[in-house]
Amino acid sequence: MQPLIDIIKLLGKETLVPKGSSRTTFLLAPVIGLASVILVSTLLWMNNIWTDKTFLGDLIVVLYLLTIPSICIIVGGFASRNPLASLGASREMKLILSYELPFVLAVLVPVIKSNFSLRLGEIVAVQAQNGVILGSLSGILAFIVLIMCMQAKLALVPFDIPEAETEIIGGPLIEYSGTGLAIYRLTKNMLLFVLPFFLMILLMGGLRFDGIHLLFGILKYVGVVALITVIRNTNPRVRIDQAMRFFWGPMTLLAAVAVVLALFGQ
Amino acid sequence: MARTIIPIGPYHPLQEEPSFFTLTVEGERVVAVDVELGYNHRGIEKLSERKTFDQSTFLVERICGICSTSHPFAYTRAVEDIISLEVPQRAKYIRTIIAEGERIHSHLLWLGLAGHFLGYNTVYMWAWKLREEVLDAMEVLSGNRNNYAMFKPGGVRRDIKASDIPGVIKKIDSIIPTLVMLKKAVMDDPVLGARTKGIGILTKEDAINYAALGPTSRASGVARDVRKDCPYGAYDRVNWEMIVTQNGDVFDKLVVRVLETFESVKIIKHCLLNLPNGEIDAKIKNIPPGEGIGHIEAPRGEAFHYVRSDGTNRPVRHKMRAPTFMNLPTYKATVIGQTISDATIIFAAIDPCYSCTERMTVRNTKGKKLYNGEDLIRLSQEKTAKIKSKLGVK
Repeated sequence: MQPLIDIIKLLGKETLVPKGSSRTTFLLAPVIGLASVILVSTLLWMNNIWTDKTFLGDLIVVLYLLTIPSICIIVGGFASRNPLASLGASREMKLILSYELPFVLAVLVPVIKSNFSLRLGEIVAVQAQNGVILGSLSGILAFIVLIMCMQAKLALVPFDIPEAETEIIGGPLIEYSGTGLAIYRLTKNMLLFVLPFFLMILLMGGLRFDGIHLLFGILKYVGVVALITVIRNTNPRVRIDQAMRFFWGPMTLLAAVAVVLALFGQ
Repeated sequence: MARTIIPIGPYHPLQEEPSFFTLTVEGERVVAVDVELGYNHRGIEKLSERKTFDQSTFLVERICGICSTSHPFAYTRAVEDIISLEVPQRAKYIRTIIAEGERIHSHLLWLGLAGHFLGYNTVYMWAWKLREEVLDAMEVLSGNRNNYAMFKPGGVRRDIKASDIPGVIKKIDSIIPTLVMLKKAVMDDPVLGARTKGIGILTKEDAINYAALGPTSRASGVARDVRKDCPYGAYDRVNWEMIVTQNGDVFDKLVVRVLETFESVKIIKHCLLNLPNGEIDAKIKNIPPGEGIGHIEAPRGEAFHYVRSDGTNRPVRHKMRAPTFMNLPTYKATVIGQTISDATIIFAAIDPCYSCTERMTVRNTKGKKLYNGEDLIRLSQEKTAKIKSKLGVK
């Protein structure tokens, strides 16, 4: 309950705008970030409730929308005109550049597996018939890559480099207070649901509402979140250059191998 | 490339105490570093001159919350140096036990904080949980978890009961398995290695030139330890090893501290098992005029005290130097050229203790630092001249 209480409390606090900052951009950035996460959330729920009522290419839309919160953090950080925030924003930028390539490559695996379908609903439907993609070798590799990329997207240790509290005191969020900060917190907490949910849809058959499958769905989500938490608690924070090397090197390679394997039907 | 100034402090999540670092950076790379102290000056040297020799022990105990034994230990040795007094054997052993217990909990505290600074909160929690066991043992021995109040010029204030010893040994032994696990977790973790190996290297030459002390120097291959070089307490009667590593990076400083904890456990156990019988206090009657020095190896390095007596019951001059004072300038050699991410852990690697290091800084009302030592002497001379001319003396 504490995150919820924090957000409610923050909503009632005064919003301070630093002198010399770009006021509109500074205040608008968190709102746009939250809006895009809400949109993603809606799309994902739609896909699970009415698998046939989705539109072609919604996977691409979701991929785009998922980068917007990170971009909003960058924009907000630069708009606040604080050296630490700019530093954090530039780190976030480097991080996006490093993890997006393996992320998209890994997302290609379920696309290939479901006969080149770009509809999330179809990916779920295919898995309901043929079993989950995670059961194949390429699925496992894609899962590893996606978990790592999610860790970076969520800005959790070892990839909490943009916010690194003990180094740059929260980075882009340093000047935010009151409602702005509450919205950022809310965005982050929603991402903690949306991203594992997205992963479930892509590789683990999504959430189904018939009988025992609902329980399985919840267990899948809890399992993914537990995995994220374990990674977070058993690693120190890496440096930004190490993170970039990690994503461009082993992770991209792993994702490429997964795509090739998927093409060969593994 | 544009240069930006990144402030770390006066209040920053990295530090528990106020101190101010300005990092001049080009992109992420640090090109210059400056340290400003003076946020927490308490004038302890002056306060000590107004207290009796006995009272000063309690005062210096409060210089630092973590090395609350180092300063009384060094101070009492300085006072005993004035009268060339040999402390009873039993008191020496008890002093050693308390000092080593403090070293264990101080190193564990640092290890936890280092983990926290790297975002590795599991190490933080484990190390601090383990530290609790040590604090419990210290409570059995001294009645206090910290600020033990065990020292007095001439001996110790409180004896160790024979009935307490088995329990304390059991407690100390119980931390070993967790300590071994922690050592493995810290020394074999590849990600932690990537963050600490080759970072913030203090070369042997720099360590000697900056006169670095304690684990900071021993990690750079300088075998310097007061406990070996100039044995005091019971250190010459115990078989223990000085841990010296060669690389001088953050990882080596970490290794030195972790391995020293094991040595401290060894020393405590030996002292507890071989505690000699006899007096615990030499019962000093009065302190003759004279001067004395006392130095001991605190967890962070050598703590040094100088005391001058004029035959009254108060010291007329009491000068103290904490190890961080010597270790802080090594930042010039270690931080420059590194990235900001690494700078924070390099700052933390010397285990800085600012409240012990505090020196007075004088600022004018606009917040600009104006006066250094020479300025203050000049100001004082000007004022004397003014008063003289007012009184008409030459």
